[in-house]
Amino acid sequence: MLQRIQRWAERRLPALTRYRRPESLPIELHRRRIYIVPSGFGIGFSVLLAVMLVGALNYANNAALLLTCLLGASSAASMLVAFRTLDGLRLSHIRAGHAVAGQSIELTIAFDSSRSRNAIRLDLADSRIAFALEANTSAQVKLTLPTVQRGWQPLPRLRLWSSWPLGLFRAWSWLHPDQSVLVWPRPETAGPSPHAPANDARHIRLHRGDELAALRDYRVGDPQRHIAWKASARHDNLMVKDFEQPQSRPQWQLDWRLLGGLDNEARIARLARWLNEAQAQRCSYSLWLPGNEIASSSGPLHYAHCMNALAQLP
Amino acid sequence: MRSPRKKLAELPIDTRAFDLLSLTMALVLGLHSTHLPWWLSIALALTLGWRWWQRRQQSGRVPRWLKLPLLALLTLAVIAQYGGIFGREPGAALAVGLLILKLLETETIRDVRVGISFACFALMTALLFDQGLIATVVVALGLLPVLATLRALEPGQLSTSLPRNLLPALALSTAALPLALLAFLLVPRLSSPLWGAPSPNQARTGLSDSMSPGNFTDLLTDDHPAMRVSFEGAPPPADLRYFRAYVMWNYDGRSWRYVDARHVRARETAPIEVGTSIQYRINLQPTQQRVLPTLDVPLQAPPQARLQPDREVMADKPVNDQLSYQLRSALQYRLQPVLDERSQRLGLRLPTGFNPRTLALAAQWRERYGSDNAAIVQAALNLFHDGGFRYTLAPAPLGRDAVDDFLFDTREGFCEHYSSAFTVLMRAAGIPARVVTGYQGGYWNKYGDYLLVRYSDAHAWSEVWLAGRGWVRVDPTGAVRPERVSLGAAAAAGDQLAWYRNDWLQGLRNRWDIVNRWWDQGVIGFDALRQRGLLTPFGIRDTDTATLGVLLAISSMLFIAVGLAWALLRRQPRDPLRDALRELERKLARKGIARRPAEGPQHYLRRAARALPGQRDELVKLMNNYLELRYAHAEPPPEPRHAFQRAVRDFRVVNVVK
Repeated sequence: MLQRIQRWAERRLPALTRYRRPESLPIELHRRRIYIVPSGFGIGFSVLLAVMLVGALNYANNAALLLTCLLGASSAASMLVAFRTLDGLRLSHIRAGHAVAGQSIELTIAFDSSRSRNAIRLDLADSRIAFALEANTSAQVKLTLPTVQRGWQPLPRLRLWSSWPLGLFRAWSWLHPDQSVLVWPRPETAGPSPHAPANDARHIRLHRGDELAALRDYRVGDPQRHIAWKASARHDNLMVKDFEQPQSRPQWQLDWRLLGGLDNEARIARLARWLNEAQAQRCSYSLWLPGNEIASSSGPLHYAHCMNALAQLP
Repeated sequence: MRSPRKKLAELPIDTRAFDLLSLTMALVLGLHSTHLPWWLSIALALTLGWRWWQRRQQSGRVPRWLKLPLLALLTLAVIAQYGGIFGREPGAALAVGLLILKLLETETIRDVRVGISFACFALMTALLFDQGLIATVVVALGLLPVLATLRALEPGQLSTSLPRNLLPALALSTAALPLALLAFLLVPRLSSPLWGAPSPNQARTGLSDSMSPGNFTDLLTDDHPAMRVSFEGAPPPADLRYFRAYVMWNYDGRSWRYVDARHVRARETAPIEVGTSIQYRINLQPTQQRVLPTLDVPLQAPPQARLQPDREVMADKPVNDQLSYQLRSALQYRLQPVLDERSQRLGLRLPTGFNPRTLALAAQWRERYGSDNAAIVQAALNLFHDGGFRYTLAPAPLGRDAVDDFLFDTREGFCEHYSSAFTVLMRAAGIPARVVTGYQGGYWNKYGDYLLVRYSDAHAWSEVWLAGRGWVRVDPTGAVRPERVSLGAAAAAGDQLAWYRNDWLQGLRNRWDIVNRWWDQGVIGFDALRQRGLLTPFGIRDTDTATLGVLLAISSMLFIAVGLAWALLRRQPRDPLRDALRELERKLARKGIARRPAEGPQHYLRRAARALPGQRDELVKLMNNYLELRYAHAEPPPEPRHAFQRAVRDFRVVNVVK
């Protein structure tokens, strides 16, 4: 019900939604975009104040009247404090994490301010968080945003609000940063392996090479020149240098063109799964996409690069 | 579907919020404990402490099987104590009890908010019992934990210690004080209550309309102010400061009783011949009685009060709030020079079968002095003075023949005993006499120019009718203890002085009384009538409700404007380095070398150096300094910055001679 009214208000009252248009960062809050209304508790409290006022007047009790006036004036002053909690606050930047479609993406939103502020709350979609800011520092607020499909997903509006200090008033402002987050494609759950070179490297995982890998106990048949004399002097038994050659990691060539007979999304999902597998097996891989060719490499950066390329396919 | 805000209010609270809430509740309980029965206060305090401890161990609501019996127990206790749940005392006791029980089920933000709202109300009810300055200040301080608790409910705060939680609340309420005072001045007062009669404000009863031996003792030890009197001109001398309240004719052998003129056939107001008179104003504390004490014999009654046959003043309604009235009284007078037959009869009436020895003594005097009534009065006073009588606030109890026991056996007592015995003696001797109660003495506060009369100044004396002189005041207590008349009851009690009654403390109390008087008159006594005269200094004689409303609205706007100005105030972070550069630019611009909008400092100062070859080195140095300070550090170090600022200040553009 409330949400329907809200939607109606946004449609019908453009003045309230003047800032719906996305705007570029940084965004600084100022008086023309901070709204303030009494909260439900505030309305209840004002009823209490009215009761106290009438009671004090009726019994001609001036001390009680003074108390009521003091409480009322404090409540009114708290409205200004609520306003000041938001006024001048700056949203400096937003950093997004990585997530595949359907998962929640983590956003790091940085605020800064010249004053210290308390109990600022941030609502984004379904996640809410409250934070405080010290003077002249920056606060990093982490939020999660659910994603639906791969590709660029524009950030929804953020609601920045506060009922500081007494919870009687609710000041809020809508922020609509002109920023999108890139959502990676969701990999398919099962499917064939990529057309890769014979994947029997596991059997030759350990074989003699040139690189010193470790010291181990002497076994009959070890060549004499491999005995580590110095190390053996410190131990009871003979130590042998164990040599290993780096595992020859397989080269995977992941190619869009080889996945004929599938539609685009299915191809993307398969490539995403292969990328995951390649990353898990720590082999190096290259990726060919229409209009984008990524040379063979490995590591998390390379993985992110490839996934980004996949995500941005039309 | 539940709205998200509802879910927010149901979040559990943290320990700090609960501690502050407990503090608030403890304060409310403390404020009310002055009038709650002691066992209820202790039980509630224990409940509060237990709940606080219990929630520290493990949070969670107290189970219902414990809560409901407690609730029933509380209600029963209140009914057992007061005989009902309606009224001021039982209502307040129930409210405080419910407040403490609310704590048992306080777990969520919503619970705390409900509890705090209720606590505000309970704080206010504490003022129904005592609206003195100290009580009001303490109650107002009770708002601090209230505000701090509400603050503590907001999530996402910088953490502070518990006392530091109270400071912002203090700041907030201090900032709100001007607006509160303004609202207090301008909120239109009701000239008559909307519902019900205002409940009694104070438990103190003051003088009672009957007098039996011993019922003054509580009064005589009560040091609270009864009234404050300011005189036009000099105050009357100490021995004339008799404030009459009740004139009592009826004696039943045990107690003297005032008979309201409404209940008997009306007599005419006693005529009076006036010598000198004095004008004064009395500010009376609430007594819940109709009697208005007056200095000696008043000439007329103040508004909304009537003069009784013996020139006592009775208000039309009981005095439930502070009352201020102006009067003129006679200091030298002849009251009722001719005694009518009915008064004569009343003034001589004694109950039969009481006090035979007293009657015998009176008959003996009558024989000895013949018709000289004044001599008989003097004989009685001599008896009190020389007969081994003692003034004490704790006399031995008296039997059935109270006056006989007092005159011939115990010989100790205070004003009631003396005035009662004296009046009986006079009546027995055939002299019309009556007992008068009221106040005598008082403390002259020279800083405030007013006479403070306390309940402990309550006094009883006699009036005898003498031919040609009318009713004459005789104070038999003065015969026993002259200090009672000149210095007051406390001095007369002599050896019974408590340590806290020594001189400097008394002096301190009297100075403090000025503050109380100011509070009573300025704040408590600021009623509808005074409010209407609020604007008299500005030429508006009668401020009606509409004007007050408009004034309130306008001045609230003013305050809101001030508040908004504060809220909108934004301090730009100062950049001393840029300011210094601006100063340099101004100096150069005066010589025609203005900085172009798109020009950086380096380019600009180079250009300036070319234009002023005589100061080339100086300018280049300044430029290098500036660039170094601006771009080599994130934050310019203070020492070189000061040097740069000084260099800019000392820089003088020398006129180029071309």
